[in-house]
Amino acid sequence: METVRSLTPFQQRLQERSLAPLQRTSKAYLALITVLVAVIAWGAFAYFTQARDGLIVTGMRDRISWGLYVALFIFFIGASMAGTFVSAILRITQAGWRKPVTRSAEMVTVAALIVAALFITFDIGRPERIPFILLFGRWESPLVWDVYGLSTYLVGSLIYLYAALIPDLAYVRDRLNVSLSGLRRWFFAAFALGWRGTPKQHRYLNITLALMMILMVPVAVMMHTVTSWIFAMTLREPWDSPLFGIYFVGGAIFSGLGIIIILMAILRKAQGLEEFITEKHFRYLGYMMAAFAMIMLFFNANELVTHAYKLRGHISLHLEEMFAGALAPYFWTYFWGGLVLPVIIIALPATRNIPGIIAAAVLVNVGMFLERYLIVIGGMHLPLNPYEIPTYTPTWVEWSLTAAGVATFVLIIALLLKLVPSVAMWEMLEESPSEEGLSVPRVPVLAGATKEGD
Amino acid sequence: MSSPGHDGDSQQDENRRKWLLSRRRLLKLMGMAGASAVAMQLGGGLIKMASGAGEDASSPKRLRRWGMIIDLRRCDGCQSQETPPKCTEACIDGHFAPEPMEWIEVYEHKLPGSGTRFLPTPCMQCQNPPCVNVCPVGATWSTPEGHVLIDQNRCIGCRMCMAACPYERRFFTWGQPSIPPEALFLDYSPEHQVPAKKGVVYKCDFCPEMARSGRLPFCAQACPQHAIYYGDLEEDLATNGEEVVQFTTFLSRNNAYRYKEDLGTNPRVYYIPGHGEVVGRTPDQAGKLPTRWKWQQTVQGATTWKRSGH
Repeated sequence: METVRSLTPFQQRLQERSLAPLQRTSKAYLALITVLVAVIAWGAFAYFTQARDGLIVTGMRDRISWGLYVALFIFFIGASMAGTFVSAILRITQAGWRKPVTRSAEMVTVAALIVAALFITFDIGRPERIPFILLFGRWESPLVWDVYGLSTYLVGSLIYLYAALIPDLAYVRDRLNVSLSGLRRWFFAAFALGWRGTPKQHRYLNITLALMMILMVPVAVMMHTVTSWIFAMTLREPWDSPLFGIYFVGGAIFSGLGIIIILMAILRKAQGLEEFITEKHFRYLGYMMAAFAMIMLFFNANELVTHAYKLRGHISLHLEEMFAGALAPYFWTYFWGGLVLPVIIIALPATRNIPGIIAAAVLVNVGMFLERYLIVIGGMHLPLNPYEIPTYTPTWVEWSLTAAGVATFVLIIALLLKLVPSVAMWEMLEESPSEEGLSVPRVPVLAGATKEGD
Repeated sequence: MSSPGHDGDSQQDENRRKWLLSRRRLLKLMGMAGASAVAMQLGGGLIKMASGAGEDASSPKRLRRWGMIIDLRRCDGCQSQETPPKCTEACIDGHFAPEPMEWIEVYEHKLPGSGTRFLPTPCMQCQNPPCVNVCPVGATWSTPEGHVLIDQNRCIGCRMCMAACPYERRFFTWGQPSIPPEALFLDYSPEHQVPAKKGVVYKCDFCPEMARSGRLPFCAQACPQHAIYYGDLEEDLATNGEEVVQFTTFLSRNNAYRYKEDLGTNPRVYYIPGHGEVVGRTPDQAGKLPTRWKWQQTVQGATTWKRSGH
């Protein structure tokens, strides 16, 4: 059906640009993959060292018993918020400008969740006993909530990503049939699930997407809340805050938006999608990011002021360390660089352009990484018994595994981009300037189930 | 919640069976309750489990409820002996605790105003144990007698319990711990955490085997000032090896308190306030000698690490 339709110039350019990576592999792409694999191989060596000698090769010790791995675990859980949540919220509110963004956002979710799971396994003293969590899991443990939460979120995100992919897989199957190798031809044919673009199929797809996006919002909120509960369920003073759940959800959306902006910028340059991902998209996401920066400032003010006013227990020592002590460089970089500066960049018309917003997104993610680090180390650095403030410095093993984890994150996205179109073409084609010859029904997604049903 | 590697101890098995039975009974009760009552039952069950289920189990035999009293009026950090604290060293020798683990650690603590006191800290054996609550695999649990134990064959090394323990009484084997030759022949059990393994959590086990056979824990035996009393709250008796006291009366007469009582962890370790005055120490005499791991110094090429930093 779709193959016989004639395309407008806009649609032709869209098709050409988004399908190009599937047909040709550039030298730069190969170089990137080589570098990523090399970094991951180095990380494998570091992990081998850790598996052989134990966690003694890290900077963690009894007093600060969680470190960089746990901080990165929260960071990537937060990054995963990007995708599914943002894309679901934008779909629910039927924001038309979302269309070039959603696909890459959903890929970020899947990749970030896989890497987050990886970092938590790095932190386990006996990784061979991880199946015990399934065999002997106790529902009383926040860690078990997290394991089931993460699995639910990952499966949901995969379904959501895949469902929105089906029309595009069929599109590739129909358009690129001759230029693909046998294996890939089989892949597209098999995974398109016989999509022909009939109204009935569109209805089912829209029902699936509507259901999934409504389900994924609470699942995502649950995931981040449960992650915060790993900390908030302990008796350590800086973590002992009812604000923690909502604080983690806010932080996750905030850093997630930053990651989408960075990914969009890279895709735009690498695949020449300037015409489809425009300044408007950056500006809208930038507005959302600035709003969340202010929400984060509000959360931080709430937490710090209530702590600082009463100075209960060891909190005054904690605040001293945060504001003027060993943790001060992290805290102030996060505060000025990760929260205030991005808001200023996006607020000023002079800097509210694509390079400015990209810079703000990078700042936000550096800031949020420091903030995750502060949460973990800042919660653990308070002496629970009469002794000096303990110290923690990550070792080369921890930094190597950090690099390997980030490389894995990029690699997963790079491989996914090679496999499927980077923008949701079927959604883009719906809003294309010329309507003629398009049989794709324009269904408002939420209403789709009922409106088109009869 | 079975754990491998400690057959042959029928008493312990029996205790565990009783405890499992009472838990099963609880679950059955919950199942029978009507749908509307389920939430209430569940809440009640949780609280019951947290506050040491099985203590009131309908067993015909009386159940021991082990507890400890540390008399700080007597503790001088072994300054009068001119040695490091002997409780810590006896514990290290008795349990082959790898360096730098101090299952009972003596902290030197500044007093309000001026001066210092010594604070010996074993595992507090909480009856609402935060560590047990957070364990994802049931590797640590409360026994009916009140001990909090760890099964190192079950522990996955996630260190959630270490984050949860407000007394910092849990220790991780960051590297391959050294094992003395004599420890290799010992049978491992959660009540007898030898030989040590890599990548799991250890702590004071309150010496349940010794209590059962009528001996005091290593730390209580070794204290030259007899500052550590160990006893049974059910029988209401405790002893430091020198005199026998009535547990509860001794506590109330001496203004006993529990460490970080306001956290609601409900510990089984009680402190009698003071600063070594019974043994003639003035609070200005600061300076505890550093702990030695005597057995570990004899092991060739032993792996050690520090408590903080690296």
